[in-house]
Amino acid sequence: MSLRGAASIIGIGELKPERRKPGRTGPGLAQEAARLCIEDSGLLKEQVDGLITEIPFLNTCEFAETLGIQPTWAHGVNMMGSSGPTSVAIAAMAVNAGLANNVLCLVTSGEVGGFGGGGGGAIGGQFPQFAGPFGPGPGANFWYALVANRYKHEFGLTDEERVAIAVQQRENAQANPDAAFYGTPATTDDVLNSRMVANPLTLLECVMPTLGAAALMVSRPEAVESSPHDPVFILGVGHSMDRGVPGITYVDRMTKSPVELSARAAYKMAGVGPQDMDMASLYDCYTITVIIEFEDAGFAPKGEGGTYFANEDVTYKSDGIAVNTHGGQLSFGQPGTAGGMSHATEAVRQLMGRGEARQKETVDYCFVNG
Amino acid sequence: MTEEGPKRPVPQANALTEPFWEATKEERLTVQRCTACDRLFWYPREFCPLPHCFSSDYEWVDVSGKGRLHTFTIIAQAADPWFQERVPYIFGVIQLDEGLRMMGNVDIPVEEAACDIPVEVYFEKIDDDWTLPQWRPIAS
Ligand SMILES: [Zn+2]
Repeated sequence: MSLRGAASIIGIGELKPERRKPGRTGPGLAQEAARLCIEDSGLLKEQVDGLITEIPFLNTCEFAETLGIQPTWAHGVNMMGSSGPTSVAIAAMAVNAGLANNVLCLVTSGEVGGFGGGGGGAIGGQFPQFAGPFGPGPGANFWYALVANRYKHEFGLTDEERVAIAVQQRENAQANPDAAFYGTPATTDDVLNSRMVANPLTLLECVMPTLGAAALMVSRPEAVESSPHDPVFILGVGHSMDRGVPGITYVDRMTKSPVELSARAAYKMAGVGPQDMDMASLYDCYTITVIIEFEDAGFAPKGEGGTYFANEDVTYKSDGIAVNTHGGQLSFGQPGTAGGMSHATEAVRQLMGRGEARQKETVDYCFVNG
Repeated sequence: MTEEGPKRPVPQANALTEPFWEATKEERLTVQRCTACDRLFWYPREFCPLPHCFSSDYEWVDVSGKGRLHTFTIIAQAADPWFQERVPYIFGVIQLDEGLRMMGNVDIPVEEAACDIPVEVYFEKIDDDWTLPQWRPIAS
């Protein structure tokens, strides 16, 4: 069974990530992203017959009610940072099965920003017992710091090489007025000299939690004919959950990710490979994350992702593959699960030719990883 | 007993893990052994997670308490106030000789931390209720 070409993406709704949005409520931000997305799709809200959400403070039924829509197919998604792209894949399945025509996929931050209490990987109560008493620090910092030091050990990656992707993404953000760090460029030294958080990771290698919301409209392939935008089709999807994720501590090999398997599945379904991609929109909670995904998605040999970023241009100006043209979450901001969705919204924006100042010259195929 | 300053975090144990924490008080490091497939696993679960097994029959067995520091981080920013007063310190992942990985602190100057150095467990008594397994380097 394949989803190749089974669904199109016809609209985007996304809020600028910000630390505070005075006077706004969580439901209001979710509704705003929904309205932006529905209007951008050229639809009326009555035409939205499918809904899939992850909103930490509202379940999917409640959100449909607050929005005043009556979808005939609805679903909740609960996949931490990958919820956004996952919701798009599930929506494609629903459209392909004839269960819905226009599925609004919407994910948001918590009401006070970030993941809103979720995330962090409290696996069945093991974390508060077997990590907490040893002072792991906030969020997932320690997990990715553990990965980064192991990666250094196995591949000899230098700190300068590791932070190169943060610098390149920050350059992308200087062409994106919606990025949290628009107007704030950063050099390699700026990243390396920013406050140490969890060795070897410094502050500018870690995402900043923000408020925000992001949505995409997934529709039948024929919808592109009446859509106001250039057509975007979903060609392939893949999922993989390694043993030990999100624990990371317990995975067989910390420097390898489940992307190796999910990318392979997506490429196989799509009938294309990494050599065909113009852009990679890769989940970037931390610098080391991007390096490992880039390798496991087939863009560089294992152990060479960091050196690739240190030596090659991967900004929107690149003739080759570009990475996280919106700035990535490191420079765009991380509005909880909407941060993961930003990798999908940016891919759609670039494919539609709506990247404005950061539009990459040729974008026919994008690889997205949540 | 009165103490100044923040309180040290203690494990949030449950019925499943009580035997583990009881054993630490006797300075024993224990893990579950599935009695159906005769393999060890960690972290604690009610059902064996190993391939081709789904048993809920297990016993707690002692392990060597020797292994290597698989990887580590030096925490500079803690979430907990008690730990924030103690930065920088090492949070490590220890790969036991039995193949399992556990998390803990490593008692070593931060500049000497390195992947794969040999370590062994020791037991740090916090109070009458809690003893933590911790790690220190040993000669290879
Ligand atoms: Zn078993």
